Amino acid sequence: MRQGPLARGEARRFYLFVSPWILGFVLFGGGPIVASAAISFTDWSLLSSPSFVGAANYVKLVQDPVFYTALGNTVYFAAASVGLGVVSTLGLALLLNLPLRGIAAFRTIFYLPSVVSGIATALLWVNILHPDFGMINYLLGLAGIQGPGWLTAEEWAVPALVLMSIWGAGNTIVIYLAGLQGIPQSLYEAAMIDGAGWWRRLRHITVPMLSPVVFFNVVTGFIASLQAYVLVLVMTKGGPANATLLLGLYVYRQAFEYFDMGYAAALSWALFAVVILVTLVQFRLARRWVHYEVA
Amino acid sequence: MRRNTPRLLAYLLLCGGAVVYLLPFLWMVTTALKSGDEVLAFPPEFVPSSFEWHNFPDAWTQLPFTRFLVNTLLITVLAVTGTLVSSILPAYAFARLPARGRGIMFAAMIATMMIPAEITLVPQFLMFTELGMVNTYWPLVLPAWFGYAYYIFLFRQFFRTIPQELSDAARIDGASHARILWSIMLPLAKPAIAAVTVFSVIGNWNNLLGPLIYLRDQDKYTLAIGLSLFQGQYTTAYHHMMAVSTLTIVPIVVLFFLAQKAFVRGITLTGIGGR
Repeated sequence: MRQGPLARGEARRFYLFVSPWILGFVLFGGGPIVASAAISFTDWSLLSSPSFVGAANYVKLVQDPVFYTALGNTVYFAAASVGLGVVSTLGLALLLNLPLRGIAAFRTIFYLPSVVSGIATALLWVNILHPDFGMINYLLGLAGIQGPGWLTAEEWAVPALVLMSIWGAGNTIVIYLAGLQGIPQSLYEAAMIDGAGWWRRLRHITVPMLSPVVFFNVVTGFIASLQAYVLVLVMTKGGPANATLLLGLYVYRQAFEYFDMGYAAALSWALFAVVILVTLVQFRLARRWVHYEVA
Repeated sequence: MRRNTPRLLAYLLLCGGAVVYLLPFLWMVTTALKSGDEVLAFPPEFVPSSFEWHNFPDAWTQLPFTRFLVNTLLITVLAVTGTLVSSILPAYAFARLPARGRGIMFAAMIATMMIPAEITLVPQFLMFTELGMVNTYWPLVLPAWFGYAYYIFLFRQFFRTIPQELSDAARIDGASHARILWSIMLPLAKPAIAAVTVFSVIGNWNNLLGPLIYLRDQDKYTLAIGLSLFQGQYTTAYHHMMAVSTLTIVPIVVLFFLAQKAFVRGITLTGIGGR
């Protein structure tokens, strides 16, 4: 079929309008991605010109104990913050979906932290988590508990970061709320007629109907937290003893502290591989627990 | 009684949760009002013995924060303007202009959303180094003028909710696509524009990595970088750290309250929060 003049005009307009993104894709998206892959096969310290070294950076990577430390920390941090985040934000969303007076104010309170989350709140948490002068150990002390060293203790530093990330995960509450409001009321009415109580309605209607939304939040939550590191860079710089060295932070360290651009690029591809792998596993597992309505 | 018990329990849980979520903010403000000695008192106290309001001007002038504020505002305005222009145009194209290759391009755009920023970090830095743009605002502003996949996606989703008949009628009357976009789509897309503006303002306001990598001279620093210096240099000056932290989140909190509806709409439209 030949295209008429109108359709050709539309197509020309399409390319004109879409051109900022095409340029952006070449300059800041696809271009750098290809460049990054190429750089990962070079030895490049910025001071000298790059030299091709084959897969040397990847060989170095699989033999680098710090890489495995960072990988372990990253997976630990992501799994803990997504896992605990799902429980807390879903629980809050269920409460916030109740038809109660003043519920709008509560909703605002719970997603306020996610809005302001940034360097200011990261410094706030450094302060809150201080072993001696911080709020958390102060409150624990009131309950007669001697709090740990948090960011200064190897075994408590990642849990401390998880705590901060859950506090700032309010945007997932918004998504759960939207999902909850999309569940047809008629299902609940039918269940009530059949005499189903609160727990059975939750178990047999809310949970299966909401499972695609939970799945979405788990997948995007993992993608985001596997890549998180910027605030950690300021809070702990990866310490103590690399206990909070996340993969993204290790890329940053290699690139901007050691100026080893080739190795940094190789590490960033390893991170990408981890993200893809985790996402694929999620989709595989989803068959067992995510329920889709057949339209 | 039977109806009220669950309701009471829900309120109790919500109030408990709200206290947990708000306590850090309260701690931020009370710490900002403590004296330099009191922030290092052990055990700490929640309420300062006296309210040291001068901490705010003291902390603000400890580093040139007014300068940092002006720099941050400049970058934010330039980047947000660019983001809006360069995201709306492709979004309109993806939503309303049929063309060969559109589907593939859209898929490619969605795919870029999944690529970790860490991958493009090194090549982008090398590119801006080659261009001699290190220690300028170009690396922080320029990318914003070439469309962000996430915002294009958000606008495209929104444009698709606007009835096709409206633009078809305007087409028949001879209106150009630029005209349709400007006079029909944009007025109806105000909630999406508000959402992207809020997300983008917050993203630029809080951007730490870009300034950290690209800015060298202190007089070019942004608020985020200025704040991060506290963690390096004045580790024990928690009262000053919290005073400036409080001051930098106040505009964001105000903005959030002004645009709360748009903000929530933006999240639910695409399922992703602001970046």
